[in-house]
Amino acid sequence: MDEDVLAEEEAMLNDIISGIGKFEKERGNLIPVLQMIQEKHAYLPEASIKTVAEHLEIPACEVYGVATFYNQFRFHPPGKHPIKVCLGTACHVKSGDIILENFERKLGIKDGETTPDKEFSVERVACVGCCALAPVAIVSETVHGHMAPSKVEGLILRINMEREKAEREKQESEK
Amino acid sequence: MTEKLHQAFNAIREEAEARRNAFRESPVPKIHIGMATCGIASGALETKSAFEEALAERNMEAKIHTVGCFGHCYAEPVVIIDHPESGFPPIFYHEVTPGKARMLTKLFLEEGDPRFEHVYGATEMNEMIPSVMEFPRFNQEKRVVMEKCGRVDPEDIYDYVAEGGYAALVKTLGLTREEIVREVQASGLRGRGGAGFPTGKKWELARQARGDRIVICNADEGDPGAYMDRTLLESNPHQVLEGMMICAYAAGARKATVYVRAEYPLAVKIVKKAIRQAGELGLLGKGILSSDFDLEIDVFQGSGAFVCGEETALIRSIEGHRGMPRFRPPYPVEKGLLGLPTITNNVKTLASVPAIIEKGADWFRSIGTENSPGTAIFSVVGDVIHAGLVEIPMGVSLRTLIFDICGGIPNKKGFKAVQIGGPSGGCLPADFLDTPIDFDSLTEAGAMMGSGGMVVMDEDTCVVDVSRYFLDFTQKESCGKCTFCRIGTFHLLTILERITKGEAREDDLEQLEYLSKDIKDGSLCGLGKTAPNPVLTSLRYFRDEYEAHVREQRCPGMMCRPLTAFFIDLDKCARGCDICGGCCPVDAVFSTKNRKKAIDQNICVKCGECLVACPPDYSAVRKVSPPNLAPTIDRPEK
Repeated sequence: MDEDVLAEEEAMLNDIISGIGKFEKERGNLIPVLQMIQEKHAYLPEASIKTVAEHLEIPACEVYGVATFYNQFRFHPPGKHPIKVCLGTACHVKSGDIILENFERKLGIKDGETTPDKEFSVERVACVGCCALAPVAIVSETVHGHMAPSKVEGLILRINMEREKAEREKQESEK
Repeated sequence: MTEKLHQAFNAIREEAEARRNAFRESPVPKIHIGMATCGIASGALETKSAFEEALAERNMEAKIHTVGCFGHCYAEPVVIIDHPESGFPPIFYHEVTPGKARMLTKLFLEEGDPRFEHVYGATEMNEMIPSVMEFPRFNQEKRVVMEKCGRVDPEDIYDYVAEGGYAALVKTLGLTREEIVREVQASGLRGRGGAGFPTGKKWELARQARGDRIVICNADEGDPGAYMDRTLLESNPHQVLEGMMICAYAAGARKATVYVRAEYPLAVKIVKKAIRQAGELGLLGKGILSSDFDLEIDVFQGSGAFVCGEETALIRSIEGHRGMPRFRPPYPVEKGLLGLPTITNNVKTLASVPAIIEKGADWFRSIGTENSPGTAIFSVVGDVIHAGLVEIPMGVSLRTLIFDICGGIPNKKGFKAVQIGGPSGGCLPADFLDTPIDFDSLTEAGAMMGSGGMVVMDEDTCVVDVSRYFLDFTQKESCGKCTFCRIGTFHLLTILERITKGEAREDDLEQLEYLSKDIKDGSLCGLGKTAPNPVLTSLRYFRDEYEAHVREQRCPGMMCRPLTAFFIDLDKCARGCDICGGCCPVDAVFSTKNRKKAIDQNICVKCGECLVACPPDYSAVRKVSPPNLAPTIDRPEK
């Protein structure tokens, strides 16, 4: 199992190294490089920071400094079903914080964390730009408008049921 | 020279018109679907595939035309059906769900019955169906910047050209740089990013500067509650590009960048596509339209830092550093990106330019007020019926905007306040409803134009909580360079949190005031200078609410959760009903001895689901502030 994880990480790093090679050694490319890594792997693995620093010939602390300054970059892999709760102004006025709290309570994790089974992650985002539908939550790319605490339970239930169904079908097909 | 220019452009225009005429004159029905982010969020993709499936099932032919956003977010997904054979004019349908789409395909497209009960209005004047242009939400708007939004396909450059696009660029290339700058100066256009700096003056400074000049289109829209820049880029990217080209020509720049937030993936995709299309037609690159004007436009994705809306911070972030503002002067028009003269203009500013060049400065001056000519775009959201993007001439009063155009407050509630300009703006009470909307009047009232976010609040909103929300935002987004902004906003937030929890001290309100003043004085950039505005204005106009929080631990808007409580009126509660218990996420509702319900105050998280769920016949659930007004009923032990 551990070997699998290690092999996976190494493949990821090799992929990152080959991706970085396409960028010129310019300081101005720092943010585009980080964005490229995050777009491919959904987060910035620790080893990638050093690789980027070496490629652009700047200290690793500089890379960290920039990466942590911007909200876009994350340092932990998100769950399979990332949940983003909008806390823009309109959603706040319509009690978006209660929706966030319900997700946190239901999944037993806090804002910015991922469940131990790597299925769900919850984060707060500033305005996703559909204020007329407030409060809004995005569950794996699908926008859900006019959220209510009771809808939270339904959404998670549905994902879990679909997963169980898929697992059952997989087992049956294997038989 | 000009002849060659027109020749080059006429080929493009003829092609565009031929395509447009072929589309218009084809006898099959046309279905226009609004497909910007807000439309997609409301389910426009599902609606579109429902139309396609239903058409395929019936072996019918129709042209589906994906357009951008109409700005009518309350009505999304919006569909306009043009079915000439039925004898009806083009009809505007709102909230078209997949089911409605299938129904309309069968009944309207096949059988010719437009289903009057679902019609919102016709898009042109006629004798059968009231036109949407008779509705205040449509006819009181004045569309200059958003004129073509919702009419053109953002992913098709010919659609834009057919609507008269790029004509201003052709006109520009036939004039001298001085003439263009003079025209923009004469129009009195002011920067739409918030501060309102005269655009023509900026261009003139850049024109006189030495060295390679750079144009940046600032689409780093960070205000949580404003989304007009995104809508413009998603609905009509070519208008913004055309504005950038004119600006680059006037300033003598050969490189331009669109700085878009990475949180707007659709906008990034559409702008990139638009740049590629413009390049293919020779509207970008070397020797644009056979003239000697060269221009390259690229896209830089901002990584989500509110402070990067400030031009010096934005430039730092393109250079690959943390987005921290620096001291001005030297201004970026003298020394900006990589030390070169740089013009940074907002999306809306640049999108206003083509119309100014085409129709002239006098026409532009005829809209709006003396000191703020033109139009303003607001995203009106919150407790308002017709929420969405509204473009109005400057000088219209807040009352007209909120009550006439946007339909007022829903659920028969009263108006309490309007928050203008997001985290940098202020909260204005009902006394200011007759204030005209322009740069100077709003600043005078203590708010500011800002990004154009406008949140309407009804009587059940707590202004203290809203101020706390904005401070929470600015405190997180402060870049940390200036001590007063970094530490001062943190202290402001701590005090406001104390107040909203009912733990305030007697001198907290004075503390808020003098801290706010210090933060304004001690900060370098707009973020710090305006961060205390939400607190200062709400403190000025709603002091009694702050005092209620501090002295009585009472929240008049009943929004601060630690200061409210829910309880069930036992006289009204129906015996045996279990709706509230079923929806409670934490099982705080329990049965009393006589099979009625009560709430366990120790567990209750105050989400309000029981209040919504309780059937209107009983309306037994009540919300009170301060929390000690709720009677305590002990939970029987199991």
